[in-house]
Amino acid sequence: EVTETSKKSIVTFSEIHHFLLSDTIITETQKRISNAFDVFDHESNKTVDVREIGTIIRSLGCFPSEADLHDIIAELEEEEPTGFVRYEKFLPTMTKILLERKFRPITEDLLLQAFEVLDQQKKGHLEPEELTKYLTQEGEPFTQEEMDEMLSAAVDPDKNVILYKDFVSMMTFDDTR
Amino acid sequence: MGCGTSIAVENQTHPSETAIKAAILIQRWYRRYVAHLEMRRRYTWNIFQSIEYAGEQDQLQLSSFFSFMLDNFTHMNGNGPDLISHLLDSVVDPLTEEVRQLKYEQIVVPESYCGPRLSFPLSVTDTNALLSAFKEEQTLHGKYVLQLLYETKKFLKQMPNIIYLSTSYAKEITICGDLHGRLDDLLLIFYKNGLPSAENPYIFNGDFVDRGKKSTEIIIILFAFLLLYPDHMHLNRGNHEDHIMNLRYGFTREVMQKYKTHGREMLQLLQDVFSLLPLATVIDNKVLIVHGGISDKIDLDFLSTVERHKVKSALRLPKRSVDHLNVHANIRSSSRQSGRSRLDSPCSSGRTSRASRRRKKHITKQGSCSSSSSSSSSSSSVCSPRVSSRNTSRRPPPSPSLPSPTDVLQVPFLDSFVSLEPPEPPRDELERQQVVDILWSDPKNQSGCSPNSFRGGGCYFGPDVTQALLQKHGLCLLIRSHECKQEGYELCHNGQVITIFSASNYYEEGSNRGAYVKLGPELVPRFFQYQVSRSTRKLTLHQRVCVAEGSALRALKEKLYAHRSDLMAAFQQYDIDNTGRISTSEWAQVVESVLRLDLPWRTLRPRLARLGADGNVEYESCFEDISPGEPIPPVTPNLAETLYRYRTDLEIIFNIIDKDHSGQISIEEFRQTWKLFSSHLGVAVNDQTIDDMARSIDFNKDGSIDFNEFLEAFRVVHKLVIKEQQQG
Repeated sequence: EVTETSKKSIVTFSEIHHFLLSDTIITETQKRISNAFDVFDHESNKTVDVREIGTIIRSLGCFPSEADLHDIIAELEEEEPTGFVRYEKFLPTMTKILLERKFRPITEDLLLQAFEVLDQQKKGHLEPEELTKYLTQEGEPFTQEEMDEMLSAAVDPDKNVILYKDFVSMMTFDDTR
Repeated sequence: MGCGTSIAVENQTHPSETAIKAAILIQRWYRRYVAHLEMRRRYTWNIFQSIEYAGEQDQLQLSSFFSFMLDNFTHMNGNGPDLISHLLDSVVDPLTEEVRQLKYEQIVVPESYCGPRLSFPLSVTDTNALLSAFKEEQTLHGKYVLQLLYETKKFLKQMPNIIYLSTSYAKEITICGDLHGRLDDLLLIFYKNGLPSAENPYIFNGDFVDRGKKSTEIIIILFAFLLLYPDHMHLNRGNHEDHIMNLRYGFTREVMQKYKTHGREMLQLLQDVFSLLPLATVIDNKVLIVHGGISDKIDLDFLSTVERHKVKSALRLPKRSVDHLNVHANIRSSSRQSGRSRLDSPCSSGRTSRASRRRKKHITKQGSCSSSSSSSSSSSSVCSPRVSSRNTSRRPPPSPSLPSPTDVLQVPFLDSFVSLEPPEPPRDELERQQVVDILWSDPKNQSGCSPNSFRGGGCYFGPDVTQALLQKHGLCLLIRSHECKQEGYELCHNGQVITIFSASNYYEEGSNRGAYVKLGPELVPRFFQYQVSRSTRKLTLHQRVCVAEGSALRALKEKLYAHRSDLMAAFQQYDIDNTGRISTSEWAQVVESVLRLDLPWRTLRPRLARLGADGNVEYESCFEDISPGEPIPPVTPNLAETLYRYRTDLEIIFNIIDKDHSGQISIEEFRQTWKLFSSHLGVAVNDQTIDDMARSIDFNKDGSIDFNEFLEAFRVVHKLVIKEQQQG
């Protein structure tokens, strides 16, 4: 009895329970996780470097923050951290994350609103320095490399500003390909 | 989120809480975007690597096909093209050394030629002239190439197998890895790091040729510096310094296209030059440098006594003699039986139930190797022909008079096995093994030493093997190449092994960086990376990923096309109700078992096939973007697919038949060859069809076939690429 959840943002326990009992869902989910894991399992021994965990989780459609990742990794590491995460540990954790729909996607609208907030003077665009200041100093700061990479895609080469509306549409299009 | 009106006074230096939240959101979102790209980049890499290694294994298949030809040679009643002699006759050189030298000197270079004119012994003027000329895309005249090769051969003859160097005379030695015909990378290295000289010594660690388009230019430059600075320039042999590899991977073709008159003689000289290249370099008695790697059988003292020039190719071709043919015929019957029993062994799984002889097995990457039949271009489970001796524990080599079935080499080829008696005496066999191991092995993280089934030659060697060898000879580091790495270099085995790879953008623009490593007297490696770029404008991360990914996916789609019939047959087995759709799981399973590429198929599915409304895969959509070019009328679609799949092999065989490298073979030669090849493939083509095909290929009706045109006809076309080109 899966209840209509289109208007609610909370998933009830019975819904989760129902999912968990459904073999097909479990197997499909597990196979997705396994595939994503394998891409980073260079030695084909069901382990991945702990530094790739963030990439794997994100590539499965989740939008965790750095702090969220930190917590997950702490859970996944061995008693004596080896720098590697084993599949046997990763699978149940990741399955739970996916089934519970944690770290839900950030929509195009939400992203656009975020840029609009930063654009205090409502210019319709952002100066590279403005954006850099926010993203490298606030929140979970970008590294210089991350910042440079984003600017290379975001800055309009003629006007030398970030037309964030266009940027957001372009990026979301790229992402869904 | 973002109620602008509720924000009171906004201080420049203290962003509001909402602004901070906005920043976090953007950061969270962007990191996820980058991760998604990273995933795509990573599986793109996997695709390229899998296809590359699958292709390399076809070497084994080709070698066994030649053995098959030898088997069947007697049945052809001498009517067929003399493929065997083309292949096996080593350079029969009636000319003495002096006569040859004189011959080259007498070649006349026209006045109109404005490229470099070399004079021997070479000077810095010559090397500078060569570098400028190649930057301007000029070609060196054949006379000078021949002279250069000839001098190089003379020089290399006096070199030992292992070269011992010292850092005490120079500040640092620079070590470069695979170049594979990428001239831009070599020029970039020289630009960043300086030209070779007494103060700036270099070691180039093999694989100078094949794949890239400027292999000739690279070896000309490298050999020129070798002759100019014999004490400061060192070249190790790689697995592509091998004339059979060159037939397949493009170097032969490049030479013949650039040097129509003298190309053949150059290739003959190169056979010797390549086999005379030293196998290893040792720095300060501490650092060992070889192209591929090592095995548990490698011993440097033994290696230094090996007659390296005898190993012209890692691919062993049987000696041609009447006795051998007779022995072959006797062994064939007994070994085919044992071959069959292997195929029926309990390890086989994942069969597609086709009525044909084709049987498939899934072998994991760990190399738990047992023999199996394989289809070309996609096999990931072909074993090294030495599997019999490797899997048994330390048995002495069999006596030639009583070959027991397990000791006779079983070389799998397509649907059957070809027997191959090891023709060489034990000592030569050991020598050959050492050389092949040096040139073909790869390090792996598990302990031990196992046959390198992925490559079809050499071994996988674990950290314990490295440790043992280094300890045995008092060494501290192994530097090798042979494997493309995304960052241009990689360390493994607790820092005891360095892989260095110098061809950037190896698979595609943006696929990887190149690197070189420098070692000073303290022997601490310093790495330098670079990436050659086709365009001056810097591509964004997204653009780089898309270009490389597009290329990988196209290659993958071609693979799908080449196995269309097998794939469709297997898909339809799952699609009992003929809906045209199967589940993602089933789709992934079929593709994996038919193509035998170990790739994340479920992750790739969205790029390769469409989902129907019910969430299942419309399997025919895999083939939508690819269609054959203009096929030759008498050829059925099935035959077209087969020809497409084996076109590389056909090209090689044609190249061999085409003695004078004119690009043309006679219709009769074509017919005989195709008959032979197709009979082995199990493609039922009758004589009439072959005749029709041959006649229609002979476009200008002069009795000879331009096989490049022939192969072009079977090229597949990417519909989307055409569309882009039409719109662009």
